[in-house]
Formats: sequence, structure tokens, C-alpha cells
Amino acid sequence: MKEMICINCPLGCMLTVDDSDLSNIKVSGNTCPRGVTYAVNEITSPKRMVTGSVKVTGGNQAMLCVKTCEAIPKGLIFDCLEVMNGVTVQAPVAIGDVVISDVCGCGVDIIATKNIPKV
Amino acid sequence: MKDIIIIGGGVIGCAIARELSRYKADILLLEKGNDVAVGTSKANSGIVHGGHDAKPHSKKAYYNVKGNAMFDELSKELDFPFRRNGSMVLCFEEDLVCGLQELYDRGITNGVPGMYILRGNEAIRELEPHISEKACAALVIPTGGIVSPYEMTVAYAENAAVNGVKFRFLSQVESVKRTDNGFEVACADGFVEEAKVVINCAGVYSDVISNMVCGTNYHIIPRKGDYVLMDKTCGYLADHTLFQQPTKMGKGVLVTPTCHGNILVGPTATDVLDKDDVNTTAEELNDAFTKACLTTPTLNRRNIITQFSGLRAHLDSDDFVIGESNVPNFFHLVGIESPGLTCAPAIGVEIAEQVAAKLGLAHKLHFEAKRKGIPHFATMSNTEREKLIEQNPLFGKIVCRCEVVTEGEIVSAIRRPVGAKDLDGVKRRTRAGMGRCQAGFCTARVMEILSRELGLPMEEITKGGASSNIVVGRTK
Amino acid sequence: MTNRNLVIIGGGPAGLAAAKAAYDCGERDIIILEREPELGGILNQCIHNGFGLHTFKEELTGPEYAARYIEQVEQRGIEYRLNATVIDINKDKQVTYVSEKDGLVTIQAKAVILACGCRERPRGAINIAGMRGAGVFSAGTAQKLVNIQGYLPGKEVVILGSGDIGLIMARRMTFEGAKVKAVVELMPYSSGLNRNIVQCLNDFDIPLYFSHTVTQIQGKDRVTGVVVAQVNDKLQPIKETEQLIPCDTLLLSVGLLPENELAKNAEVQLSTTTGGAVVDENLMTSVEGIFQCGNVLHVHDLVDFVSAESENAGKCAVEYIRGGQICKDKLTINCTNGVRYCVPTVLNKDEVYASQSFKMRVANVFKKVELAVFADGVKVYGKKRPVVAPGEMENITLSADIMKVLKNAQSVEITLIKGDAK
Repeated sequence: MKEMICINCPLGCMLTVDDSDLSNIKVSGNTCPRGVTYAVNEITSPKRMVTGSVKVTGGNQAMLCVKTCEAIPKGLIFDCLEVMNGVTVQAPVAIGDVVISDVCGCGVDIIATKNIPKV
Repeated sequence: MKDIIIIGGGVIGCAIARELSRYKADILLLEKGNDVAVGTSKANSGIVHGGHDAKPHSKKAYYNVKGNAMFDELSKELDFPFRRNGSMVLCFEEDLVCGLQELYDRGITNGVPGMYILRGNEAIRELEPHISEKACAALVIPTGGIVSPYEMTVAYAENAAVNGVKFRFLSQVESVKRTDNGFEVACADGFVEEAKVVINCAGVYSDVISNMVCGTNYHIIPRKGDYVLMDKTCGYLADHTLFQQPTKMGKGVLVTPTCHGNILVGPTATDVLDKDDVNTTAEELNDAFTKACLTTPTLNRRNIITQFSGLRAHLDSDDFVIGESNVPNFFHLVGIESPGLTCAPAIGVEIAEQVAAKLGLAHKLHFEAKRKGIPHFATMSNTEREKLIEQNPLFGKIVCRCEVVTEGEIVSAIRRPVGAKDLDGVKRRTRAGMGRCQAGFCTARVMEILSRELGLPMEEITKGGASSNIVVGRTK
Repeated sequence: MTNRNLVIIGGGPAGLAAAKAAYDCGERDIIILEREPELGGILNQCIHNGFGLHTFKEELTGPEYAARYIEQVEQRGIEYRLNATVIDINKDKQVTYVSEKDGLVTIQAKAVILACGCRERPRGAINIAGMRGAGVFSAGTAQKLVNIQGYLPGKEVVILGSGDIGLIMARRMTFEGAKVKAVVELMPYSSGLNRNIVQCLNDFDIPLYFSHTVTQIQGKDRVTGVVVAQVNDKLQPIKETEQLIPCDTLLLSVGLLPENELAKNAEVQLSTTTGGAVVDENLMTSVEGIFQCGNVLHVHDLVDFVSAESENAGKCAVEYIRGGQICKDKLTINCTNGVRYCVPTVLNKDEVYASQSFKMRVANVFKKVELAVFADGVKVYGKKRPVVAPGEMENITLSADIMKVLKNAQSVEITLIKGDAK
């Protein structure tokens, strides 16, 4: 039995997870079905969204904020940040533009989360 | 070879520098900090004392009364905030009213004009409605005033610089040696300069410097005072500077308005060993606040915006040591503690006269006596503001929200002679970061302006010089 | 002096939503005054995700959430001024702002919406003793330095306060290569969201000390360490538990205060609990025609609720401009037994009965409680909650029927039943 807080949304439901049988994980305490998915994933393959920033030139800002377009394996967070540290993009940039594709080979793109016009 | 080296950029050093700049002389001021007014002169009560408190016939009494009288004209000439709000010494026990009479008599001996004693709570509260109901008598000293001590120091420094005095910062004096022509002064950073006259205004370090040259045995005890600064919203709580009558229980604390409309509470008094120990402690702040509530019971802790602590240069002998020392041409000002700020204008003039006589200095033909301060957007009328923005649009850019300080003011503070070089320097000159959010909002913006104006990378912008860098580097 | 129907002060989430809603109600004479060089407010520096689940049914980062509203404002052609700081507003609804471009401008408004957000409590407000060297930042200042300007405030960090910004900054600083040595929380619980404790601290093994505080800051020029101590049940530090944590940075996340200097100038009545204005169900303050919404009114936990509240304010402001009835007869709602405050604070005793939502915060963590509403001592509504906490806003919606009862009552009370403090 494990207790965990669902982080899918700000509600933060307190979940009780019975993981004695990994092929049949039982979850209680969730408000919505996403709680079950979260608990199962958290036991089998935890993932996280990563948000951060990369350098940008040619715009009116020093930094461009970015995110992984979906959650990546938790173990890859710092590798992903490392890749972001080495990237500089050129303005203009629009929200959703792919800044780094297939980061760390995990099949997830890193996309811009801010519009930065060229100046 | 300089004519004069002044050691210390506090209010005393800067006042002397300014008064000496009336004469034809090559003058250098050495300051160990990154700016003027970074020691005792920045962290004190900001009170222009009437002079009732000093021991009769002491130097403190003499310079206090003389200095006090100079403030009206001086503050206009050098354009720094000063208000003659009057002081009151409050008595809380009928049995102790006679003590007020003693203070009054002392004041008369010292030559303090206009004092009178108020009897009864009603009469006191007519003048100061928020004073405790327990106050039963008060000595009123109408000549008491308040001043912004760091702005006064900056004003002196700027005016001195305009009249030719050179300032060198981050110059901690390590040795002063006698030479055939005068003195050789060496700083920790390797800077060496000679001068005919040296004036020691080193504040809490003045004993060290004088002992070095004169073989004396002065001993300054740094006496730490903790203060609490209250939000401007409680500015209505006091108009006069409110002292508590000294009793067997201690000297009491004061509650005073500041020139900018805050309420200042303090100081405590703790003798410390370290001459740089400006560590505030929870106990002392509590103590100061609790004692202040005796004067003004409605003070509310929720309105505290900051605390700070300053060191007073207390000398065992309890009076100033002022003038030329036993070593010819070495002048010193040792143990200048309260009421030193009040005394500064008088000390400045007298020491300058003494030094000028000694060196046979002639007056300059063109001495610029007036100094115009930084425009103060927050207190202007809308018409004045409009005009100012028209002349320079940077005055339309508010950087510090709490104190309504514009980019124009900050740029002016940086570009002036003896200009600001760090966040604290900008804060003392313009009040950016001095308000209720305590620089949370404007830190990043002031840093950018400093970086741009000084041509320094953000990493090199400091809070107060030395290694007080604010950011450690770029994130990437 | 120029004339405007609606002046909105602040172009953050609250101001943008209010402007959009006002426009959609038919108002065209709107201007937003924003002091920063871009719209979006504090969202611009909140580059983490977790915004918009209620409003857009998806998880956005702060700048993305802001962009959605900015786009809507742009599409509608609503006018706004950037780098424009309002320096005064009076009770006659004359708004004075300055900007580099426009100089000093005074606008006579028919209605004003104050949407100017909140600011962080500084070190002085919580009386931390010690030295005054560099390296002490409010969490938001550090967030701006890192996320907007791209500078690292320090390498070894202690964070005081487990509010959301503190937690978010713990992760952010970790991501940028700093070592976060501890998060220290005065209370026995966090005022931040649970998810942030998991994602921002637990994921990176950052210790969180409950019932602890910072008692002293060391370091003359730059912070060299902080002394941390456990506190007793009166929240006073226990001397014997003091320990030094070497660090070069202290971040403070010790609460937010509505920024109400302008409201004070306009003689708006303020709540001593929230620091925001006392408002009625139309979000109108005690000064006719001046409205408040968002964090300047009360500090919200989620931006989605800021948007919803502000859209309502926009709507109500337009109704007022069009000559909506002003009710002079108002009823103050009493909050008792662990309910710290509720918004709206007062009810108009007029004839309009619509369903109405109330937002509130509790003073402590309580388990198995009922949020209840009483009219003249009679319970008219109850909502069971397994747990309520100060960090999360509670929300109840009362039907038109219940509102009718409330508006005819002499006294209304919102309270917690069977609350046992944890």
C-alpha cells in the first residue's frame, strides 16, 4: 500500500494505492479517472512535464520559456534541461513552435510557450 | 602630494570636505565603503537635537546648539530634507516631573531657545493626539528637528565634489606615517598618497587611526542601536520627535516621524566588540518596539516595514575629541556619536577654518555654495510632473511603485558627482526600494538601470559594494 | 482630462478578463493601464505549468494562459497602454497615470476596475533579525531574475515559506543548477498546493521543515548562512533547536498582500482580513463605480478563479455604466468559527435574486467539516468537506432561492461546523 498525492491538477487528491499486484493496481481516493492513471504510471513509469527556458536573440526578451509538449520520463529531467541549456533560438518565436524536437530521444518535443516578436 | 586628505566619508568627513572646498586646496577624501554615508551616517535616528541633553560646557553641547541653528539655511542651500518638527521629552510618572525641570535647566545652560514644560495629559495630547494617556508632562523643545542623514551627507559630498574635492572609495586606510612634508597615507588596496594635513573622520574606526599617528590610547566602543521603521500609513502617529524621559530603567527609546513620512522607532543600546557588527537581534527589536508602545500605544507590528541597526562611536571619556592632535597637522574627530549629526555643520565650518589657518589657505574666487537635489517626483504637483516628463520622458517611467520613484531620478542619482554605484546608493538618494515592499518590485529594474548607466554586467551590480553582488551569473 | 467609460487598472489576468467580459457585454469605451512593458502581469514570469484547467480544460504555462487572454483582448481591439503607471485615483473616479510616451494623463472614468494584483510580504514584515547583506530575495523577485532576465540569484538556497511561489522556485532554482538546501515553513502545514510539494520538493529530495523558521541571517556583504529553529505551538522559536544552514541565498515566500495604495487614495473601504476592498456581489467597493477583482481583492489560489471573478467584475461594471440600480441597503456577512473571510463581503438587499457564488478561506487545516450558511440563526445551506486548508480557496454556490432568504435576513453567517483543528 502506498499513499501519494495526485498531481494531475491543483486539487491534489490523496490517493491510496495498492500495488501488491503490479498487473492489477488498485487506486482509491481519486476524484476523477485521471487519478487512477496517475497512480498506475507513478508506480510503473513516472513522468513529468518539464518547463524551463532557452536563450533567444533578436527579440525584446533575453529568455524564451519552453515546455515539453507532454510529460517525459522522470529520469530524463536533468538530461532534458542540459539540452535546453545549449540551445539559442532566433526571434520571432510563436507559442507552440518546436524549439527542440525529440528531446533526449524520448519522442517528445520541446515547444515555445511565449510569443516573442522580432525587433 | 595633496594638501589635505580626509579619512572617512560619513557626515563629518563630507561636511569638512565641503567647508574646506571653499578654499584653494587640493583635497582627497578616502572612504573604505563603496559610497558616502555607509556607516553610522546611514543608520541613526535622523534627529537634529535641540541640545537639552548634552552635558553643559561639553563639546557636545557647544556644537549641538551651534549646529542646530545652521540647519534651516544649510538644508536650503544644499537641498536636503530637513524639518523643524520640534521635540518632546515625555514624563510618565508624576513623581518624575522634577526630572524634566532638570533637563530644562540644562537646556538653558546650553543655550537652547524656546523650551517650555507642558503639564497634564490633555495639554500634551492637544499637540500629539496619539501619545499615551500615561504621559503626564512633557518638555517641549521647538528647535528640535528631523533630517535625512544620508541625503544630507550625499548633499555635502556632491557639493564638495563640484567644488573640486576628489573622492576615492573602497579605500580602507591601513597606515598613516609621518614624513618630512606631512603624512603618507596607505590604503589596503595598495593606494598611497601624501598630504600636508590629514583629517581623521573615521567614525567607529577613528580611535585606530588616531592611535596609529598620535600614540594615544583612545578606545571606541561601538554601541549598537537597533531601529524599527514603520509604514507611511502610520505617519500620523507622531509629528514631534518623542523622547522618553531617561529614568533609572534606562534611556528609553524615541518615536519620531522621518522626513519622508514614516515613523522610526528606536534605538536600543548594546555595546559590541566588532566595529562592523550591524546584526539586528529579535530580542532588541522586541525591546525597542515594546518600549516605544509606552509612548505611542497604538503602534502596530503589522506596519513594520524594516529593521536596521547602526553603530555609534562611543568614547570612554564621553565627549568628542575634536581638532588638531598632539601631532601637528594631524586633525582628528574621535568619538563623534549622538548628537554628532546635529553638530556636523558646525564642526565642518570650525575644522575647515582651523585647517585653512594652519595651511594659510586662501578663499576660492568661485565657490559654488548651492546644490540642487534630485527632482522628487513623488512630492510634486501634477503640473510640475507634467513639465518634468516633457523635459525628460524618463521621469514618466515609474520604477519603484511604493515610493513612486522614476527612472529619471535614478539616472540622475547615478550620473551626479559622487553618484550612486550600487542598489543601496540609489536607494539612499532616491528612496527606490525604501518603501513597503522593500525593493521586491524594483530590484531587478534598478539593477538594469545601474548596469546600463555604469556599463557593468548585471553580475557586477552590488547591493552595497565589495562582494555584495546580487546575482551570481547568467542561468545559461 | 479625457473621458472614458471604463478604466481598468492592471493588464494581468484580472484586468484582461474584466476587459474582455466588459467588451462582450457591449461596452466599447475601455482602456487598460498596465505598468509593465507587456500585458499578462505576473503570469509572464510563472513559466511552470498548471494554469487553465478550469478555464480552458487544459494545462497551460503562465505565459500561455496570459496569451490566450491577450489574444482575446487584441481581437476585440480593446485599447491598452503599456509602461503606464497609475499614480492616483480619487473617489470621483479620476485616474492619473504617467508613462514615458504619454506624459501625465488624467482620465475621468464612469467606472474603474482595480485589477492591480498583489505584492509579496518582505523580510521586514516578518522581522527576521540579522545582517542586511545581499542574497535575500522575495521569491517573486528571484523568479523574475531567473525566468525573465536569465540571471541566477544564488547557488545555495534556503527558502522560507512553503507557499506556491516558494515551492515553484525551489524546483526552478534546482533546474538552473542551484542547490536548494531546505524549505522552512512556520506552520505545521503548507500554504501551497499539494501537487507542488510533490513535484517541486519530493521529486528532488528537497527537505521541507514544518514548524520551523529562520531566526537569523548571517553574512555582511552577502548571505553566508541562515539560522533555522523549530517553533513551539505559539510559533515562537525554540532556542535549543537552532541550527546554522550555510547558504548564499534566502528566498522569502511568506505571503502576498493585495496592493491597495490606490484604493486607499480613492477612500475605498478595505477589509482588515484580506487587505482587499469590501465588495458586494457585484464586486463593487464602498465607492460607487469602483470595482475590484483578482488578487487585489483577495489572494487567489488559482488563476482560473481570478479570470472567472474578473469577468464578473467586467460585466457588473458595464451594468453600472448603463445606469444599474445602486442599492444603499447592505448586509455584512459574518465569517465565524474558522472561516477567515468570504467574498463578497456584503450583500445588496435589493430585489434581484440570482444564484451567487461565495469564495472563502479557512484559518487552519480542518478535517470532516461542513461549510454552512445561516440566516438569522437558521441553517440554509451546508456543504460537507473531507478536508479544508488555508492554502486552498473554498467555493460555495447558493441558489436563487437561498439568496432570497439571505437578502431578507437581518444577519447572515458563514461558518464551519464540527471543525476540529488538526
